Amino acid sequence: MKDKKKILVGLAVFIAAITFPFWYNMGKAAPAPEVELTAKAKAAKVCVMPTAYMQANHMQLLDVWRHKVTRNGERMFVNADGKMFNMSLSNTCLDCHSNYEQFCARCHNYASVSPYCWDCHIDNPKGE
Amino acid sequence: MNNSRRRFLQIAGVSALGLGAKPVLDAFAAGGGEGPGFHVARGEDALDAKQWAMVIDTRQLQSSADLEPIVEACHKVHNVPTTIVNKNHEIKWIWEAHYHNAFTDKTNPFLNESVEHRPFLLLCNHCENPPCVRACPTKATFKRERDGIVLMDFHRCIGCRFCMAACPFGARSFNFRDPRPFIQETNKQFPTRAKGVVEKCNFCAERLAVGKMPACVEASNGAIAFGDLYDEHSEVRELLKENYTIRRKQTLGTEPAVYYIV
Repeated sequence: MKDKKKILVGLAVFIAAITFPFWYNMGKAAPAPEVELTAKAKAAKVCVMPTAYMQANHMQLLDVWRHKVTRNGERMFVNADGKMFNMSLSNTCLDCHSNYEQFCARCHNYASVSPYCWDCHIDNPKGE
Repeated sequence: MNNSRRRFLQIAGVSALGLGAKPVLDAFAAGGGEGPGFHVARGEDALDAKQWAMVIDTRQLQSSADLEPIVEACHKVHNVPTTIVNKNHEIKWIWEAHYHNAFTDKTNPFLNESVEHRPFLLLCNHCENPPCVRACPTKATFKRERDGIVLMDFHRCIGCRFCMAACPFGARSFNFRDPRPFIQETNKQFPTRAKGVVEKCNFCAERLAVGKMPACVEASNGAIAFGDLYDEHSEVRELLKENYTIRRKQTLGTEPAVYYIV
């Protein structure tokens, strides 16, 4: 036990080094992005599902939509309030959310995800 | 004393495991299922059939000029790239072909000349026994149980092109390059395709779902009929009853659903 001092110093240095990124970046986290809604989306007030659900689960919902539309030919979506929507990313989602840069891209960039929806689906289908 | 300490540690360990597993179990319980409170349904105007089929009256389509508006109508609604110069990269949904290329198994040396020199409209046959579906390793292409359409889910296509090798009709095309710059007039209501996926005619599944006939049928001035092959009173069955028809490469047993009146 005569190296107790050295060990303790070594340990302290090791812990400091390994936690460096955490305390160095403390309080410097990038702020969560604010998404902008189009006038149309604002007027509609609610999306096809409640906002919180859409924020967390829109990708799962789109997956269900794709599956039902292509495999079963079922294209109508009826939400909990009984409201009907056409299950179409191009013609329903992107019609309201026609501002790709201010809506989709902001969150996706922040979360560092790059979905390739727009390789095929045309942003802003009505060209407003 | 020793015994009871061991017992305490066992209980503590199991409890810790239980507490740790709870969030994981909750996550599993929440996943799957349809989600809160919604359901999906079929559109009210959607057209139904057991097996959609097409009868093309080639007697009414004597020249390339007759076919052109039909082909164009399809390309326009589906964002088919038409200005690709390299023939190897061409994308085809519906196209014109010579009798010898269309009906390779029906080429007698001496044929009715009017039939032989007529242009034929070719497209995906939406076979009842589709070999492309069997070849697809990801089930990106599938035969829809509900209406017999051989459809593609482009999201799933990995671009292996096994389906193109399997299809005896050349009805499938591969996007060797990004198709977007080659689309003349974009229909924004319909998606384009991306580089690296296969595409083909979809029998206008998106139009049938809202009660419309396929674009080519609408543009044909009655030369193309469309209907349910298994409904005795459908337009296609009436035509098949009254006219002699041929199909492409029928001997292969894929049971094409596109019939030609010659």
